[in-house]
Amino acid sequence: MSKVLFLGDEAVAQAALDAGLSGVYAYPGTPSTEITEFIQNSKQGKEGNVHSIWAGNEKTAMESAIGMSYAGKRAMVCMKHVGLNVAADPFMNSSITGANGGLVVVVADDPSMHSSQDEQDSRYYAKFALIPCFEPSNQQEAYDITYYAFEMSERLRTPVLIRLTTRLSHSRAGVERKAVRPQNELNVEKDPKQFILLPANARRHYRKLLEKQPEFEKDSLNAGFNRYIDGEDKSMGVIASGIAYNYLMENFPGGKCPYPVLKISQYPLPTDLVARIVDECGKVLVAEEGYPFIEEQLRGVLNRTGNIMGRLSGELPRDGELNPNLVAKALGMPDTYGSPVPEIVVPRPPALCVGCPHIDSYNALNAAMEKYGKGKVFSDIGCYTLGALPPYNAIYTTVDMGASITMAKGAADAGMSPCVAVIGDSTFTHSGMTSLLDAIYENTPITVLILDNSTTGMTGGQDSHALGVLGEICKGLGVKEEHIHRINPLKNHHEENVAIIEKELEYQGVSVIIPTRECIQTLSRRMKKQQAAKKN
Amino acid sequence: MKIDIILAGVGGQGILSIATIVGSAAIKRGMYMKQAEVHGMSQRGGDVQSHFRLSDTEIASDLIPMGKADMIISVEPMESLRYLPWLKKDGWLITNDQPFINIPNYPDLGALKAELGKIENCVAINADQIAKDLGSARSSNMVILGAASPYLQLPYEEIENAVRENFARKGDDVVNVNIACLKAGRELAEKK
Repeated sequence: MSKVLFLGDEAVAQAALDAGLSGVYAYPGTPSTEITEFIQNSKQGKEGNVHSIWAGNEKTAMESAIGMSYAGKRAMVCMKHVGLNVAADPFMNSSITGANGGLVVVVADDPSMHSSQDEQDSRYYAKFALIPCFEPSNQQEAYDITYYAFEMSERLRTPVLIRLTTRLSHSRAGVERKAVRPQNELNVEKDPKQFILLPANARRHYRKLLEKQPEFEKDSLNAGFNRYIDGEDKSMGVIASGIAYNYLMENFPGGKCPYPVLKISQYPLPTDLVARIVDECGKVLVAEEGYPFIEEQLRGVLNRTGNIMGRLSGELPRDGELNPNLVAKALGMPDTYGSPVPEIVVPRPPALCVGCPHIDSYNALNAAMEKYGKGKVFSDIGCYTLGALPPYNAIYTTVDMGASITMAKGAADAGMSPCVAVIGDSTFTHSGMTSLLDAIYENTPITVLILDNSTTGMTGGQDSHALGVLGEICKGLGVKEEHIHRINPLKNHHEENVAIIEKELEYQGVSVIIPTRECIQTLSRRMKKQQAAKKN
Repeated sequence: MKIDIILAGVGGQGILSIATIVGSAAIKRGMYMKQAEVHGMSQRGGDVQSHFRLSDTEIASDLIPMGKADMIISVEPMESLRYLPWLKKDGWLITNDQPFINIPNYPDLGALKAELGKIENCVAINADQIAKDLGSARSSNMVILGAASPYLQLPYEEIENAVRENFARKGDDVVNVNIACLKAGRELAEKK
């Protein structure tokens, strides 16, 4: 079969479809978004009636996937690394229930934080949950591993985690496909107690999970994704996991590394192979993208032998993503460099688009807040986080999805006044509704701006669950009708918008202001489509 | 044959279509390709780059090592300079000399051109004007691709065919203007 060009994300999506996927569940998040989008746009997915509509958040996505697995079909959940924090409750407990239909959790980490607030390493989550974890090194492996992971999940009756990183998710290469396998028939879990995690059942299931650990490790040894490649020079060995393997091999044209190499793409670690490289080589360099996950396990807290090198020992930097140059330096090879960036070059940070509705919302908010001084606006995750930068300097916090409202509440509880939250429409339905309910329950004096651009903008314009019903949701939760306002974020409405915000800032209870205007990106795309349709 | 290219520009300027076109021409020849892109937050008007690698043999890293890129192809002059640490000593820099100004502290254009003048193998052209004169201001990226084409080690006809295929669904007019832009860029580079 000829090769197809795929992003790492797309290779995962195509493999899942070819492996007989019945549903993907996800909330958009860079760098994982393209997996679900590929399935949404795929002819194969449409013909197979594969579920691919976006979920409200990562937790609801994970739970739906567990439900599909319960019903005997193959399900995949996709998210960015911090999304797994949101899904952690069902994720951790899915390891106790185990899987019926294949259950694969794909998590895309973002080392160097290109589009994220931290660079947490999802391999720890897999270890925490005691389930198998894969870490593909290239696009072909991303395909092969995903295809294999569904089969393994059903064979060992366990959810499986696949960890991607930004550079693999968003890099394209040729991929060879495998045969298409049909979807599973409906086959509901036969053990009536399997998915009832009452303590008595859960204890039994947990022991079963512990008993499976040697099987998981045996699979790591035999599935072929971990490889020992011998080398003549035993003065050093290299353990390279995931994409770090490529950065290692880039330094040896023709693929001939003089040192023994243990390539790791599957966990738990294959103890026999790790023991072999440590025993055979004088010292071992561990190159891994993310946290020093393998290195820390090998050296232990005491670091008695002192012969394990990597991010902890300082041969590689403790934070940020790796690259071929960093690995070359760690190997003691000469570094290469072009010429320095001329001083004349200045940073070009991302900015709100020309015509973006958030600009008018921030201008109105800044005018209304002027008399209260700085530091009283809490915000959230989305395009509007760029309001933290000049020329707006309008917001003072961004921590996690939904935190704007609850942080404003906490600050109000502390006696700060006024307290304002700024959150997007999609972030609000993701994790803001329960926060708002907390404030309503106590009638906390906060003013919440829900910026309604009718889309999930930052990740490229996915549908928003609250489209057209934000006011009704707030009313239903218990915000008083006279304190819910829809405003039009446009320059010629500036004065009246400022007046409405000013008035609600004085109200000693919960008010919600909803600036409503479509994202300029989705609007222009829609217009182009309409024009094209007219022409035809 | 092996060629490593840094594509540079500002989010939304269309550097990825250059990669798509060269990539499809290379894949047809049975070459290996890797292309690392930037998605997400930077696409909102920030600086964006793509590491684009072609080779007869298998490629290991998705990222080009510093000091090893054969070429920087940029649709914006200041952005072309941001990636000099990647360009090898005798590498080529091909860039549009028309700035995209969306920041308040954009450097003086004269000083910027002087910096470009210091680079030994540099082709800096007014791609915006050429594209506009040919009737499609949006096609300046094809002018830049044309200017880079003599250094790509791929037959020109194959690049032209890839441009044709890339724009085919948009109709003959769009195809023709993009090919005209490609040709104009190539002719200008050959004169330099």
